[in-house]
Amino acid sequence: MNRDIILAGVGGQGILTIAAVIGYSAVERGLFMKQSEVHGMSQRGGDVSSHMRISDREVHSDLIPEGKADLIIGIEPMEALRHTSFLKPDGWIIANKKPFVNVTNYPDFELVWKRVEEHSNSILIDGEKIARDVANAKAVNIVLLGAASTHVGLPVEDLENAIRVMFARKGDAIVDANLRAFAAGQKFAAEKEAVSA
Amino acid sequence: MKRMMLLGDEAIAQGALDAGLSGVYAYPGTPSTEITEYIQRSAEAKTRGVHSQWSANEKTAMESALGMSYAGKRAMACMKHVGLNVAADGFVNAGITGANGGLLVVSADDPSMHSSQNEQDSRYYGKFALIPTIEPSNQQEAYDAMFHGFEMSELHGTPVLVRITTRLAHSRAGVATQDKLGENTLRLPDNKRQFVLLPSIARKNYDTLLKKQVAFDEASQNSPFNAYFDGDDRSVGIIACGLAYNYLMENYPDGCPHPVLKVCQYPVPRLHVKKLFDECASILVLEEGAPFVEEQLRGLLDESGKIRGRMDGTVPRAGELNPNIVARSLGMEVHVGDSVPDATVPRPPELCKGCPHIDSYKALNEALLKYDEGRVFSDIGCYTLGALPPFNSINTCVDMGASITMAKGAADAGLVPAVAVIGDSTFTHSGITGLLDAVIENTPITVFILDNETTGMTGGQASHARGRLEDICAGLGVSKDHLLVLEPLARNHAASVEAIARELAHPGLSVVVQRRECIITAADTRKEKREEAQA
Repeated sequence: MNRDIILAGVGGQGILTIAAVIGYSAVERGLFMKQSEVHGMSQRGGDVSSHMRISDREVHSDLIPEGKADLIIGIEPMEALRHTSFLKPDGWIIANKKPFVNVTNYPDFELVWKRVEEHSNSILIDGEKIARDVANAKAVNIVLLGAASTHVGLPVEDLENAIRVMFARKGDAIVDANLRAFAAGQKFAAEKEAVSA
Repeated sequence: MKRMMLLGDEAIAQGALDAGLSGVYAYPGTPSTEITEYIQRSAEAKTRGVHSQWSANEKTAMESALGMSYAGKRAMACMKHVGLNVAADGFVNAGITGANGGLLVVSADDPSMHSSQNEQDSRYYGKFALIPTIEPSNQQEAYDAMFHGFEMSELHGTPVLVRITTRLAHSRAGVATQDKLGENTLRLPDNKRQFVLLPSIARKNYDTLLKKQVAFDEASQNSPFNAYFDGDDRSVGIIACGLAYNYLMENYPDGCPHPVLKVCQYPVPRLHVKKLFDECASILVLEEGAPFVEEQLRGLLDESGKIRGRMDGTVPRAGELNPNIVARSLGMEVHVGDSVPDATVPRPPELCKGCPHIDSYKALNEALLKYDEGRVFSDIGCYTLGALPPFNSINTCVDMGASITMAKGAADAGLVPAVAVIGDSTFTHSGITGLLDAVIENTPITVFILDNETTGMTGGQASHARGRLEDICAGLGVSKDHLLVLEPLARNHAASVEAIARELAHPGLSVVVQRRECIITAADTRKEKREEAQA
């Protein structure tokens, strides 16, 4: 078993939280894992990404080779596209729909969405709306994780359990909100994939 | 033995704690910051009383660590690569004094300059100071390097440099811990003049250091961090240093068919290199950073004609490595996914919404409208982003503290007024001495200290300047009539512009403190208070 996952977004969008959930699950399963993060200057509103590598064999490189990633989870659509050179031909892109516009030359939204959707395995999801409907707008990262959950290579129950552990410190209400966000993302993706299949 | 998921930085911190560390001394700097933060958060470190307060700069950190080593305890100084330039005086001379208690200097390099102004390779410093260097290739080795490093430091009576790079510093993996060692007790050096570098003593010490080189070579040859793996296909032999070893093995998941020399401890293990060189038709050198080993191997005349690496373009000369670059250098085909350049544009970092620096730059820009451009000398910190649109406010960013001193030099040359823009933490790091120069000559510069009451860019570490700036400036001799404190807020804009304009016109030295707390740390403080109130 091995899965190479790229998490992408803008500083402050909660990439490292998703990484922690996946990482916790992988370690609990006794798998090898390496996860690189971006700290420092880029975190100030710049693009950030994390490479997650999970395997039942020793993982050598902290970075995923280009053309080898199984999955890109983008909490922002242009940021998901920034890493497509890393994706395998049959890899998946799960991207949030809402653009984060803090540059004056942000591309046409329709073009960005089209580029995501024309990829053979992709799901574009209105994470904010779903997060607001079932939990709160901050849970958009967990909605995205839910939508990607069947491609992460770990049992969905493991990920749910990791969410319970990760958010336990913040109280039951926050844990439940995030579990609802996760389930809603999962449901959206299942319906979408059923339609395309 | 426990298994922990640790960043490379955290593995260093945990390793040092487990190996009997008594104190870490550091100034924050990406990608090294998390080492010290981990120790600051550690309950065990607190119980043991392990020193972990930030130092004013890397030089004070280096010297304090040396002082702890003098007293017989295990000490560590941590910094980013350019911080080692600041600490270089103490660092190089610590090679001459030698160590008493174990002394490790961790320098975190940033190839590709993710958060830095250059990509200098700290291994040159290890060679320059004639001391051993360890370059762990993964998180486990980073942890183990602390035990090995302290042991080697005490065995040979030498500081040991530990060089890491961004990808290891900020990547997480499983680490197995070792049995913990106790801390050393207070024990002064047997020779009470060992640390007195008077020329007569320094010459003897230097001679001792030169003689130690044989032992350092042997230590590298036998190091558990270096390894020679034989291979059947000797058309090429590969020297893989530090992280480069991982990228190499990534491309050979079932084992590399070529002989491989993994180098993670220096001096370069010469006998291993000789064997590889003699037995292989060509040599490929893979290293993260500068062609440090490659250059030594080629020598001045480079007569073998069989060495490849960064210097002949087999590997790009600049920038960090990755598995694809290494694959290409091995002649492998690389299949990359499709890029979509029409739908992606760069997203550079920017000042946060509500950041006090935004208001400071707006006021400064307006006050400077009546002067020609090109007179704002700035420094290292979040406010360096003032170089980018929409501000376009600053004209220099070179090293910690260079704003004030460069403004002074430019003013001396006739550029009046010249403006320095420096953060509070950078000011106490390396701005104070430059300001003293300007005080002595009453140089006509206007120094803006953007006081957000924290060390912002590295994530909000405590600033030595907090609550002390006016006293420091007044103590240096800055005239009270030209020492202003403003609050950078939109509602104060007009008054600030007027005050700044007045100081720009003043024919002597002025200091303008723009004080408002970083909005990120302010929000964190509010949140902590809220959570405390709830608990």
